Amino acid sequence: MLDVTALNKTYEGSGRTVEALRDLTFTIGDGELVCVVGPSGCGKTTLLKCIAGLMSPTRGTVQLAGEAVDGPPDGMAVVFQEYGRSLFPWMRVRDNVDLPLRHRKLAKAERSRLVDEALDAVGLSDSHDAYPWQLSGGMQQRVAIARAIASKPQILLMDEPFAAVDAQTRAELEDLIRDLWHRFGVTILFVTHDIDEAVYLGQRVLMLSASPTVVREDLAVDLPDERDQLTTRSSPRFAELRARVYAQIQHAKNPTGIPRETDEPVRAG
Amino acid sequence: MTVVDAPAESGQAPAPPLRRRRGGDGARSTALGVAGLVAFAAVLEAVPRTGLVDRDALPPTSEIVSALVTELGEPGLWRALGSTMTAWAIGLTIASIAAVLIGLALGSIPFLRASTASTIEFLRPIPSVALIPLAVLLYGNAIESTLLLVVYACFWQVLVQVIAGVADVDPVAADTARSYGLGPFARTRYVTWPTALPYVMTGLRLAASVALVLAITVELITGAPGLGSEISAARSGGAVPLTYALVVVSGLVGVTINLVVRAVERRALSWHPSVRGEAVS
Amino acid sequence: MSSALRRTALVVGLPALLLTAWWFLSAASTNLYAPPLSEILSEFGEVWIVNDRFSSDVVPSLVRLALGYGLAVLLGISIGVALGSSRVARQVFEPLLEFFRAVPAPVFIPVLILLAGVGTTQKVLVIASGCIWPVLLNAVEGVRATDETLSDTCRSYGISGVARLRHLVLPAASPQIVTGMRQSLSIAVILMVISEMFASDNGIGYAVLDFQRSFAIPEMWSGILLLGLLGVALSLLFRVFENRTLAWYHGLRRAQRDG
Repeated sequence: MLDVTALNKTYEGSGRTVEALRDLTFTIGDGELVCVVGPSGCGKTTLLKCIAGLMSPTRGTVQLAGEAVDGPPDGMAVVFQEYGRSLFPWMRVRDNVDLPLRHRKLAKAERSRLVDEALDAVGLSDSHDAYPWQLSGGMQQRVAIARAIASKPQILLMDEPFAAVDAQTRAELEDLIRDLWHRFGVTILFVTHDIDEAVYLGQRVLMLSASPTVVREDLAVDLPDERDQLTTRSSPRFAELRARVYAQIQHAKNPTGIPRETDEPVRAG
Repeated sequence: MTVVDAPAESGQAPAPPLRRRRGGDGARSTALGVAGLVAFAAVLEAVPRTGLVDRDALPPTSEIVSALVTELGEPGLWRALGSTMTAWAIGLTIASIAAVLIGLALGSIPFLRASTASTIEFLRPIPSVALIPLAVLLYGNAIESTLLLVVYACFWQVLVQVIAGVADVDPVAADTARSYGLGPFARTRYVTWPTALPYVMTGLRLAASVALVLAITVELITGAPGLGSEISAARSGGAVPLTYALVVVSGLVGVTINLVVRAVERRALSWHPSVRGEAVS
Repeated sequence: MSSALRRTALVVGLPALLLTAWWFLSAASTNLYAPPLSEILSEFGEVWIVNDRFSSDVVPSLVRLALGYGLAVLLGISIGVALGSSRVARQVFEPLLEFFRAVPAPVFIPVLILLAGVGTTQKVLVIASGCIWPVLLNAVEGVRATDETLSDTCRSYGISGVARLRHLVLPAASPQIVTGMRQSLSIAVILMVISEMFASDNGIGYAVLDFQRSFAIPEMWSGILLLGLLGVALSLLFRVFENRTLAWYHGLRRAQRDG
């Protein structure tokens, strides 16, 4: 579904060259839920923007379903962290969710049905007529998610979507994501700084190094497919996986301890 | 682009007075700006010559510039300019001082603020030019009629800003001052005035351009001495390039006033976060 | 005193006091320039309604005001959006705009007489040339400051061109544009009056100046009163317009303030 090959993003400006992403290569299969974690400042958002076609990489390629990504592709939907700034405050919730659909020249009735379905799926069937700023942070992020899935995308990119939300709401939203993933079978690339969240949600966890960034490890999460906040998070296997990721991230921030299998950047996937 | 004059409706902080250009960009944007001016001058030179517009209505740039240069050597122009600027300066000063004093008093006493709000809201939108006939009645075309209009219009501009500024005073700061035993004058000086100062500066900036507009308007209509009556005389006397040259002069005066006021504002507000470029949340 | 009563008293109190004072202080006036308020009010009805100067002067004035203001708003928004979207365009045009904006609007009256004669067209152009600036400059600012995340959102959903203008750029800039429109309206009224006081043969401004020249003083004051009422009425109308157009914005700000 998504192939990232030797991705490099280097910034040039006022006499300095900053290599944000050095060499990232990984593949995401159709229908997978993959999480990306890394230390702060490792360019997670830059990576996401390159994949989303919002930014051009300096070197390397991104391919979605075999076609090169050159500008935002159809079939891809993005959910940003700042929900307050990604929803249009002058439109009601249903118009916000409807907006990407208008671009597709669908009949009005069809669009309306898709909007209802999407809002229903995220649990907001009562909020059609509200304005985003009338809703809580968690609900606003649900609207953003509804907007993303309404157009039935092939792949969903999420850039630390729950970072700005309180812990309890975050737990609900995490479960919502897994629920939507099961229901619609959409491929999800989920960027986060929260290690627990990455292990809880993902089938695989890609761990990035500090800048200049490469993929340090691609960990398969062999937890059961049916997960829940209480039992899964208190299982021993969860703790082991979590510890592994944590250690990798610590090492990425501060290269002393843990040895890797090789010294070369990991080709993951 | 420089920031717009946005008079603060009560309760809103005034727009910051400046925006700085990004560093390495300065030379390029200056070059582009100059290119724009040159292109405009070139178009203005060509169009009347091609007969698209009547040359007697719109002379080419070269004629305007030569009329301008000639006129700058005439004492008459400088006398007229002096008259306009005198009315501008005196009117602005009187209006500002009155507005600041009255505004501070009105703003600081809740009862006065509440009871005068409706009157101010009613009198504010009344176009000051409505008083021109009255001014003519009282003073004919002497400088006093110009002064009357300038003072009236500028007073409201500054007053509204001062009241908004006083309303913006942080209640915690005011309470702190009071609890330290500072009397009303000291409180005004150390708490109210610094808070209101950005608003006052915005008011002055707006009033400065309003004053120029009104001074020239009165001169245009009543024939009082000044730039406005010079322009009117030039046109009715058929000296078309001169008319345009005087337009350029008034534009330059306006630009100069803007620059001077902004410089004053920057110095007076050098401590204010909006000028120092810190994030104001 | 109940709170509603108190509020009404505060709003109405001072104006009522001033009006009453004016009435009584001027009642015995023999000053030519300051006739009794009662006379002014009776002349008001006489001049504007009975003699129907309403249709011969007020209507043309309002028509010119509407045309001039409308033209300024349309051009101001269009040019403002164009400039706000292009950094290069801004850099090229900034000195020119700074200069023309600094020219006091009435100065253009003789120039426009040269270019457009002394009729309605000239007056409409005078009004437009003066009141375009707040709209234009505010539109530039509003467009310039379009939120980056919203812009990214549009890009990633493939919304561009006219749709982007309609759904993102214009609504996002509308609070700033409406501020500009409000300032423009007061300038438009002023220019409407000025343009009618200079080389004109009808209009409210013309009428008031004409009364003054023929020493019809109470009539002159009635004209001034009319202008005052016009200013207030337009101001109120605009507030209604603003509250409806920016209802979402006021709600947003309130939500942000209440945290």
